[in-house]
Amino acid sequence: MTTALEIKNLHASVADQPILKGIDLLVKQGEVHALMGPNGSGKSTLAFTLAGHPAYETTAGQVIFNGEDLLEMEADERSRAGLFLAFQYPAAVPGVTLAKFLRQIINSRRQAADPDDKGISIPAFRRLLKEKMDMLGIDHKFAGRYLNEGFSGGEKKRVEILQMATVEPKIAIMDETDSGLDIDALRVVSEGAMRLKQELNMGILVITHYQRILNYINPDYVHIMLNGRIVESGGPELALHLEENGYDWIREKHGILEEA
Amino acid sequence: MTAFSKEAVEKLSASLQEPEWMLAFRLHAFEVYESMPMPTTNDEAWRRTNLRRFKLDEIGPSVNGDAATHAEIPSFLNQQLTADKAGGNLLQVDGVTRHYELSDELKAQGVVFCDMHTAVSQHPDLIQHYFMTECVQISEGKFAALHGAFWRGGTFLYVPKNVKAAAPFHSVLWNESGKTFTHTLVVIEEGAEAIFMDEYASSSGSGQSLHNGVIELLVGDNASLIYAGLQDFGTNVWQFNHERGRVGRDGKLDWVTSMMGTRLTKAFQTMELDKPGAWGRMSGIFFTNGKQHLDLDTQQNHNAGETVSDLLYKGALKDESRTVWQGMIKALPGSQKIDGFQANRNLMLDKTARADSIPGLEIEADDVACTHASAIGKLDPEEIFYLMSRGIPYETAVEMSVQGFFDPLMRRIPFEGIRDRIFSRIVEKINI
Repeated sequence: MTTALEIKNLHASVADQPILKGIDLLVKQGEVHALMGPNGSGKSTLAFTLAGHPAYETTAGQVIFNGEDLLEMEADERSRAGLFLAFQYPAAVPGVTLAKFLRQIINSRRQAADPDDKGISIPAFRRLLKEKMDMLGIDHKFAGRYLNEGFSGGEKKRVEILQMATVEPKIAIMDETDSGLDIDALRVVSEGAMRLKQELNMGILVITHYQRILNYINPDYVHIMLNGRIVESGGPELALHLEENGYDWIREKHGILEEA
Repeated sequence: MTAFSKEAVEKLSASLQEPEWMLAFRLHAFEVYESMPMPTTNDEAWRRTNLRRFKLDEIGPSVNGDAATHAEIPSFLNQQLTADKAGGNLLQVDGVTRHYELSDELKAQGVVFCDMHTAVSQHPDLIQHYFMTECVQISEGKFAALHGAFWRGGTFLYVPKNVKAAAPFHSVLWNESGKTFTHTLVVIEEGAEAIFMDEYASSSGSGQSLHNGVIELLVGDNASLIYAGLQDFGTNVWQFNHERGRVGRDGKLDWVTSMMGTRLTKAFQTMELDKPGAWGRMSGIFFTNGKQHLDLDTQQNHNAGETVSDLLYKGALKDESRTVWQGMIKALPGSQKIDGFQANRNLMLDKTARADSIPGLEIEADDVACTHASAIGKLDPEEIFYLMSRGIPYETAVEMSVQGFFDPLMRRIPFEGIRDRIFSRIVEKINI
């Protein structure tokens, strides 16, 4: 059975300020959806709301993930259910090494499934880590560094995909993973995500401003978000059209003025 | 009536079958003790620690209980935590040695590692020379004098000139009631090296109890010592400590302190950098919860030029606990080209806890680099969310974040077994 992320009429607020004003979206496993839109349209709010950030309050609507009510789950439960968010700005966790963090990610999943689980063995973990790091071209030395502390933008994004590869999600949200990446890093990161899509039949929701990443992660569907709503949906040609024409035509069409 | 009397000193000394000189030392210390008033909050060093509710006289000296010779030793104390091959292991229960080993190799090189009473009877010259003479003095305070009169138990480590003891020493002092007066005396002679893990712990008994300890660390010219003093007393213990390290020319003292237990602790910890090239690092790890009160007074004394000191004390606080860190870097006139640093960072896990952080500099030389830093922070909600977004439950995310806070200091303890023991205590305290 394929898993789906089904968003129905979702409204959400941050600090009592309504940001999402009725989102409807269906992302199935194996599909790639691109979500585009100008700054401030609510794309990242949607990502954080789906991931369960406590500062984002859902005021109306429903999200069904794999047949269950996603909004009833804590952030950690959502992750273990198979939803993944690749952060635009991942937090630094001083004092916790990347290796220790990844091992805890694996062990938390195993222990949620079986409270008596003793966790992954060190040799098995080392093998897994080496394999995934090599796939993403991450220097093994990073395993001993504190998570995201002093990492460059590109290094942080690679490490986000490394985490994605470690948890093997059913559906991944990539929040502006392309921002701040040079072309080589963009290619490695995108290929990593596409490989997971092929191997795991992972579904992807790519949030981006630019066509660039969509050359590597080819979308089946493209959605345009404006002022807290999805106002246009179409195929890959919609992204190309945006690249050439910008957002003005769509603002005009929907009678929404540009934000000051 | 007071349980601390001249007669009690004589009785203790007799029960330990001590030589005349040690009895004389104790009696002199007792006189000094009697001549000093109990510290109050009017004394600058005690401004933030009130002893009004402490009933010292009802506690009395440490004497042999059944536990010393008969009690079952908690199994965790016997674990080999330091390394595959230990230089020496020592376990004392209520001041009586229950287990002892020292490698033949080190013994043959003249290393002494034993309990303090054995040291008094078998190495009187060394003890008379070093015991509360060069480091901690009985005149330093009421509790230093009390210790001089009633000290009991503890560990002596002596590493002679140019002996490099690669294998670590590990001492565990366990007390059923918590009432202890242990003394740690470490003498590392010129060109010698050692690593010493010194643990003291007790169960939580009822009523007030007392730990009145002294730690003396002497590091000679070109010598090196890594010393970790790891305290985990029961929550009924009131602890009063005087601790001092001295470092000679081009010597190194890497000094780690971990404090987890007690109802109240007041400790004076001083690093004396006596000769050019001396290097001293002080690392403090503490975690308080409930109504714990921890007051640490640190000093980095640059008594010579071209000396380096580096202090980082980190504490996590929960519930209504309170910590005070008061640090001072001192440089004598003429102590040029010194480098002194002190920092205190506190992680507040509850709004009801309170941390006071008071750095200080007293520099009488002009060509110096001395800086300090202090910070009080909370758990970062974005960090916790990030960990949770990967499937890590909230409780585990908090544990990881707190562990991460201490990690840079934990890395200064060279043994995983010891680090794990401290961290499992921290986790226990987070989840109480």
